[in-house]
Amino acid sequence: MHMADALISPVVGGAMWAATAGVAAYSIKKVQSDIDQKKVPLMGVMGAFIFAAQMINFSVPGTGSSGHLGGGLILAILLGPYAGFLTMASILTIQALFFADGGLLALGANIFNLGFFTCFLAYPLIYKKIIGREFSAKRKMTASMVSAIVGLQLGAFGVVLETVLSGKTELPFRAFVLLMQPIHLAIGIVEGLVTAAVVSFVWKARPEIMEKAALNQALGNLSIKKVMIGLAVMAVFAGAVLSWFASSHPDGLEWSIFKTSGREELESTDPAHKKMAAVQEETAFLPDYGFKVSGDESPTKGQSEKWPAVSAGTTVSGLVGGSMTLLLAAFMGFVINMKNRTGKKT
Amino acid sequence: MPNLVNATYNIRRFDELARQDSFIHRLHPLAKLLATLIYTVVLVSYDKYATIALMPFLIFPVFMAAAGRIPAGPILKRLLYIEPMIICVGLLNPLFDRSTTGILGYSVSSGWLILISIVIKGSLAVTSALILMATTGMDGIALSLRKLKVPKIFVLQLMLTYRYITVLLEEAARIIQAYSLRAFDPKGLKREVWGPLLGQILLRTLDQAQRVYGAMCLRGFNGEYNTGKNTSPGFGDYLFVAGWGAFIAASRAVNLPLWLGNILIGSVK
Repeated sequence: MHMADALISPVVGGAMWAATAGVAAYSIKKVQSDIDQKKVPLMGVMGAFIFAAQMINFSVPGTGSSGHLGGGLILAILLGPYAGFLTMASILTIQALFFADGGLLALGANIFNLGFFTCFLAYPLIYKKIIGREFSAKRKMTASMVSAIVGLQLGAFGVVLETVLSGKTELPFRAFVLLMQPIHLAIGIVEGLVTAAVVSFVWKARPEIMEKAALNQALGNLSIKKVMIGLAVMAVFAGAVLSWFASSHPDGLEWSIFKTSGREELESTDPAHKKMAAVQEETAFLPDYGFKVSGDESPTKGQSEKWPAVSAGTTVSGLVGGSMTLLLAAFMGFVINMKNRTGKKT
Repeated sequence: MPNLVNATYNIRRFDELARQDSFIHRLHPLAKLLATLIYTVVLVSYDKYATIALMPFLIFPVFMAAAGRIPAGPILKRLLYIEPMIICVGLLNPLFDRSTTGILGYSVSSGWLILISIVIKGSLAVTSALILMATTGMDGIALSLRKLKVPKIFVLQLMLTYRYITVLLEEAARIIQAYSLRAFDPKGLKREVWGPLLGQILLRTLDQAQRVYGAMCLRGFNGEYNTGKNTSPGFGDYLFVAGWGAFIAASRAVNLPLWLGNILIGSVK
């Protein structure tokens, strides 16, 4: 479920970074005030535990295939939502840096999708409500299953929403949702079953661990409202500020197009493209930049000299220049390598 | 995710690469982090049809890898693991977007253009992030996070998680190997052992955390994790970020390959 950098636009990525930073800052404050220093090494080692557990494959009953754990819910159950979220964030950071799961820009979105929904929505609003005061086997099972499934569905929905908002692909919202949600339903069921199995085992072997964790989060339900408000403010602020920065460039471009062609914007004829352009205007980083008119010749002579010109001449130049650039990059790498080698010998 | 032993090996490999000495390794971690961030953000800001215009972006990772003496093998291997996911999402585009764009007088499916663009962007972003790690290491990242005023507790949490990943991966690998030697079905853990096996690892982990904390206290731990040398960025570091920033901005503003091609084609004529 990790999003890749290629599927996210800078505005969406930035907004998700801001939202994640907001939740993380709030969690850090809570962890520092609520919990003793002892919890920090525990969080660290738990992070490593989930990291290792994610690599263990569990057979998916009845299918002959296998899947692995996400871990957000287990972390919330054992450490509480705040420490759980921070632990999830550190796991995803390490995965992004060392295993290329997601990227630097998409990291904010990934932490949000996998950490926020499980720790701050599924855990306090579903798991804790179902568990109530008695830890019966049935309740642990139901609570783990329902909250794991809901948490993962929300996360998958977040991925869809962020990808579509980024306008990086042509994926229609409906088709993408219909693809993502069922896949993650299966994963959610496995996640729920594993979580329930681990929770019941730990409850049987060392009940005091779970009791302690449950007591630590006495405030969990009250503060969710604050998190939500802070989060909304952060996201709106980030969206507003970032898009303000983002829009300055196209304005300049529009201005120059206006100067040269006497028109504010390149107009496309295709109605489907008009609709898409309207969506893009709101979401893409540089909406009018490199916008292509598909299927037909460039509308007017004056405009064809502008950026998105698609004509045989520019394409040939582009291909030649592109291969030159690649050769140049390869040559540079080769020269530095040679220099390194001779440097080593002397 | 690859298997447990592989993961341990990979992390160690990156640690080793980060401990080399080169001009890139000696740069301040923050400078490398900032340059990579600028690079990634500008890279993904391109239009979804951009392909040739992205070519100059290859220069940054090639330069970093060559100057930092990072072998291509481990980086490309990681890239191979992640590529299927990127292609999977990208592959839906030719199915959904059946419109065409004219190139060279031929009509080209724009869905395929998007796929190519996504793959290029994804590969470059992943490669640059991996090279950042291979030249900087976790300690360097932690240092730059502290410089960016990220709260101590989170940096500490990150460092501890990283420190114990290899320890726990090895432990988990032993347990899983023991299981698979006794069980016939290699296709994942059977349902009956989910709880006991993972729970057992968890309980050992918790005990480990207690011992770790005790050991840390005995050595005078007071909520601070020493992240190595605490240098400040120097003139060269500023120059590095400014130089790459300027190059990246120039590539974004001008279609360099197109410009280069125009010059070449022009001179041929």
